[in-house]
Amino acid sequence: MINKVVNNIDEALKGVESNMTFMFGGFGLSGIPENVISRLSKIDLFGLTCISNNAGIDDFGLGLLLKRKQIKKMISSYVGENEEFERQMLSGELKVDLIPQGSLAERCRAGGAGIPAFFTPAGYGTEVAEGKEIREYNGKPHILESALTADFAFVKAWRGDNAGNLIFKGTARNFNPLMAMAGTITVAEVEELVPVGELDPNQIHTPGIFVQRILQGENYEKRIEQRTFRKRE
Amino acid sequence: MALDKNQIAQRISQELKHNMYVNLGIGIPTLVANFIPTGIDIEFQSENGVLGMGPFPFEGEEDPDMINAGKQTITTLPGAALFDSSTSFAMIRGKHVQLTVLGAMEVSENGDIANWKIPGKMVKGMGGAMDLVASAENIIVAMMHSNRKGESKILKTCTLPITGVNCVKKVVTNLAVLEVTDKGFKLLERAPGVSVEEIKNLTEADLIIEGKIPEMKL
Repeated sequence: MINKVVNNIDEALKGVESNMTFMFGGFGLSGIPENVISRLSKIDLFGLTCISNNAGIDDFGLGLLLKRKQIKKMISSYVGENEEFERQMLSGELKVDLIPQGSLAERCRAGGAGIPAFFTPAGYGTEVAEGKEIREYNGKPHILESALTADFAFVKAWRGDNAGNLIFKGTARNFNPLMAMAGTITVAEVEELVPVGELDPNQIHTPGIFVQRILQGENYEKRIEQRTFRKRE
Repeated sequence: MALDKNQIAQRISQELKHNMYVNLGIGIPTLVANFIPTGIDIEFQSENGVLGMGPFPFEGEEDPDMINAGKQTITTLPGAALFDSSTSFAMIRGKHVQLTVLGAMEVSENGDIANWKIPGKMVKGMGGAMDLVASAENIIVAMMHSNRKGESKILKTCTLPITGVNCVKKVVTNLAVLEVTDKGFKLLERAPGVSVEEIKNLTEADLIIEGKIPEMKL
């Protein structure tokens, strides 16, 4: 067993520097690495390029890094629900690269899988295709999208073991397994860290080979962005 | 009478076929799930990573780890499956999801759709819309016939930045059901009590009108 366990958040973040590119798993606020984001928002790191499907809300998630103007560029598919984001984007302080969600997911997966680029039909004929190579397959035009990688990928899982194997829960899986593959250093924070042998190898979503550091997370808030429910009849 | 949003969703539900996998977009499309015809089995996919999506949870049972693509808390039905975003878009791009219903700001007569960006206004992003419209075999747009200024959203050519080309097959609005054909929009049905003339007057694009146009049955 190759032991990936780090004992605290600072050990998990060893080596992070300004101007680096970071990936953050999560969809909305579901499955975001809360411990990592909280700590990053308290240290002096600036000029970051952040790859994340969304950009958090004003007082949670990546919104915390935006508030301190730590982010120079966001690469996302959807960035609503955040006033500070909007202000920085409109004033030009923040660069934003919007990417179709499926292309974002596949670009991360490709980055981790050793595939430098791929053709996809998504975005053909739109602004997204500008400047990109177009090629026809099966009579349909496709655009060339390149892989994404990051200096650090930060992911959050439900359970993980000392070897870095991860299991996600519900729809909190989303981008996490893909980004885990694409980080030069992938840091996984987990709700429950268990000794090796506790997790059924059949049920592992992300094999430990993709994870360099694993941390027992704490104080998860797991905020709900849109609480919807029905009344009991 | 023009339809309300629920009635638009109700009319679209008539397009659902037994054993279909369906992705519903945010807004009116979400309401379609409330009108599944009896005797028809449908599985709803949400692009953030769930197939077999169920209704909203009971109050107090909301789970932050169980949301749909609109970030709303949901439940799953027996037989549901959960997966990552890459697998989710494999279902979409690979045409395994058979029907996509989504909202739009504009649709043009060649089937182009614009629904993600208004120049000069805050751009929130396309989310999964571009992947969805680039691949689905069957795309139905659910929207109001006119925008808030009263201008037709059914156009000869889209004026806003487009989300996808030649992809919309059908449009259901508060006034009409339109099919996108090689020759442009064909008027299939009109809302109860709304005349063909009224629809023509409120539509910027030309309409192909063949024979007597029936009223929608709700």
